[in-house]
Formats: sequence, structure tokens, C-alpha cells
Amino acid sequence: MVQKLDYLKETPSQTAGPYVHIGLAPGAAGFDIYERELGWDIAGPNATGERIRVEGLVIDGTGSPVKDVLLEAWQANAEGVYPHPESAGETEEGFRGWGRVITNFETGEWAFETIKPGSTPGRNGTTQAPHINLWIVARGINIGLNTRLYFEDETEANAADPVINTIEWEKRRATLLAKRSDKDGQIVYRFDIRLQGENETVFFDI
Amino acid sequence: MSTPAEYYQRDREWHPPAYTHDYKTSVARSPQYSLISLENTVSEITGPRFGHGDIDPIDNDLILNYAQPGQSPIGERIILHGRVLDENGRPVPNTLVEAWQANAGGRYRHKKDTYLAPIDPNFGGCGRTLTDENGYYFFRTVKPGAYPWRNWVNNWRPAHVHMSIFGSGFAQRLITQCYFEGDPLIAKCPIVKTIPSQAAIDSLVAALDLNATIPLDTIAYKFDIVLRGRRSTLFENRLEGN
Repeated sequence: MVQKLDYLKETPSQTAGPYVHIGLAPGAAGFDIYERELGWDIAGPNATGERIRVEGLVIDGTGSPVKDVLLEAWQANAEGVYPHPESAGETEEGFRGWGRVITNFETGEWAFETIKPGSTPGRNGTTQAPHINLWIVARGINIGLNTRLYFEDETEANAADPVINTIEWEKRRATLLAKRSDKDGQIVYRFDIRLQGENETVFFDI
Repeated sequence: MSTPAEYYQRDREWHPPAYTHDYKTSVARSPQYSLISLENTVSEITGPRFGHGDIDPIDNDLILNYAQPGQSPIGERIILHGRVLDENGRPVPNTLVEAWQANAGGRYRHKKDTYLAPIDPNFGGCGRTLTDENGYYFFRTVKPGAYPWRNWVNNWRPAHVHMSIFGSGFAQRLITQCYFEGDPLIAKCPIVKTIPSQAAIDSLVAALDLNATIPLDTIAYKFDIVLRGRRSTLFENRLEGN
């Protein structure tokens, strides 16, 4: 026998279930309870940079949209700074960097308004291409899924991105690229997430 | 910039796997390919921060936060309390803990819930709070009831409270469920049994805590939550290392 290491074990994950909205987006569940629901404004009014809309579907292994998903986004500002003391630099007043959206119960569409993030430092002096970190929970998902949204028009930065380049299967890298379009003067990035099967989105163990 | 202090790798044999056949919805919602393992960058070690300006003091009191003036929900009045710690045993202060649950009859206040047990007009079913400087949190609520769900035709969820915890880095983000000591439905539940080991299941069961009850008023359960810990780093100007 040896001494027992005294680390605690992480609390195990469980599914967020179909009624996740009650706790995290009660307005969508059908009742107003909080003065302020959290997560509706990622960038705030003072953020510099390009205003964008990001939208998409989460699609299950049968090809059907998942209509009870909750997504959270975590991103840097246009200068590549996260609003956190371990990210070097300052962010604009009111820049939260974090957002929370749910899918439409009928269509499964989700969307959030934000600004396009800048490049952030990678490990060992590298630079990460602009990206938004996404975390997905839902009924049937036992532990939240982490992925990253990159921008298809950042061709050069994406080609040098240390995380994209850890994906051995080059074909799978494209599942992380959001597609840019201009809808009535608004810049929209489309990012569909495929949980399972053909063109399955790359998920990370972070 | 120095290399950031990484979080300990998640033990994915301790957590439930994505594909768990007996929890039927997981079958079409579980990735088939392996996860790609990342070494932490600033994107994972940072995360959103919340303050007292984000929430109201009453938000952790589910007995009051949706009740008509002078009324309160029907059910067993409980305090659900505990500490948020990391794997090194250190408290996680000032972090957001959110909770949601059914009412005493097992009915959720959600437009998609059609269970025949009635809504309680004085119960919303959600709460949130920030841990204090010692990582401590508490909610006051009523104990939720069991409820049926369409998995196998006669499946019933044990009484549970859903909990969402942030920690200080996005890599610590966690949603889980808190069960209650002695509930015979725990051992029968396909969602509980997505967790591979009995020891891990036990860590989701809140203990009856008579020391924390308020006599003649409210009974108490204790539920501690453990988030991922971090390696020590020589580059942080903090004596304790983490």
C-alpha cells in the first residue's frame, strides 16, 4: 500500500435536462423572476471592433435540429483581451465576453450579437486565430461539449492556428469555420454544430 | 507571457461518457469521434466573472423569490448548502452558483412540462447566488418531488436540484444534479447510472445535515461541489502556488 493522495475528485457532470431554461433562462421557460437575466449582452455598448451576428443550428445524429440546447460563448475583445485578470490588457467598460443563448423551441435556431474577437496569445509564443469558445449543454448531453468557432475569412490566421493544427484530420478542421455573409448590411456568421455522424463537429477536451 | 497554469486533466472515466444507451436521448446526441485534447491556453484558463451587481439578494431564496406577498410554497422547507472547492481542496470564492428544480409535486414551471401534478402558484423553481470568500453558498427552497419522464415507460427521476457552477476558468464550467440522502429512486435512474462508479454517484448525494437545520422551521442538506484544480506555477506571484 501507499499513501493516499489527498486530491478531491471533481463533482461528476449530469445532463442539464430539458428544463435547463428554468434555471438559466427563465424568461424562455415562460416566467419572469429575475430583475436581470444573465448572458444576453456579450460585448456591451462600448466595445470596439466589428459588430457581428453569429447564428446556427445544433443538429443531432438523425439530422434533426436540437430544440432544447443552451449554448454559452466566451470570447476576447477586438484586441484579443479577455475580461479576466489572467489575460494581459484591459477590456472596454461593460465588455463581459460571455454570453448565453438558447435555441428557438420551434425551429432550433440560435443566435447572438457580439463583436468579432481579435487574435489571442497561444502557448509558447504562438498566436491563436480569432475564435469564440462555445460550451453546449442539453437533454441527452451528459457532459457539456466544448468547441471553438473560427471565422472562415481569417484564412491566414486559421492556417497558423496552433489548435486547428492539432486536429490531425484536415477535413475535420472545416467543421470549426463559421461562414460569413452580409444580410441587409449586417455581418452574419453561420455556424451549424453537428453532434454526431457525417461532418461531426470537432469537440475538445479542454 | 509565461505558459498559463493548466487545470488538471478531467477524469473522463469518473464523469459520465457521452454515449449511455439506457438514457435514450444520449444515443443520437453523443459524438462518435474522440474529443481532441487541448493544452490550456488563455481561452480556457479565463472565464466570466460575476458580482453582486448581477443578482439580487433574494435570488437564493426560492421560498420567497416567486411567492405572493405573505404566502409561501407548499412543501418540505429545506436549506441546501455547502462549499465550492477545487481538487486541491481550496475554496472557490465569488463564483456564480445557479440552481433549478421542480416543485414539491415534481412539476416544473416550464411551458414544455405537461405533467399532471399542479404548478404551485408561489414557487418559481430557480435561484442563484455567489459563493462567499470561503467558497460557501446556500439556498432556501422546498424539497422537489420525483417526477415521471418518457425514457422507459415507467421511469421516475429521483428528487433532484440541478446545479450550474462557473469557477474561475471556462475549463471549470460544470452542470450537475444534486440528489438527496436515502432516496430509493437514485439507484434506479438511468440518468444517475450514466455515471460509471458508485463512488462518483455517492458524491452527488446531499447528506441530511441536522446541524444546519433551523429548529421548528427548516431542515437542511449539505452538498459540496468540487471543481477542477490547477497545477502550481512558478510564474504567478502568489505564495500558495495555485
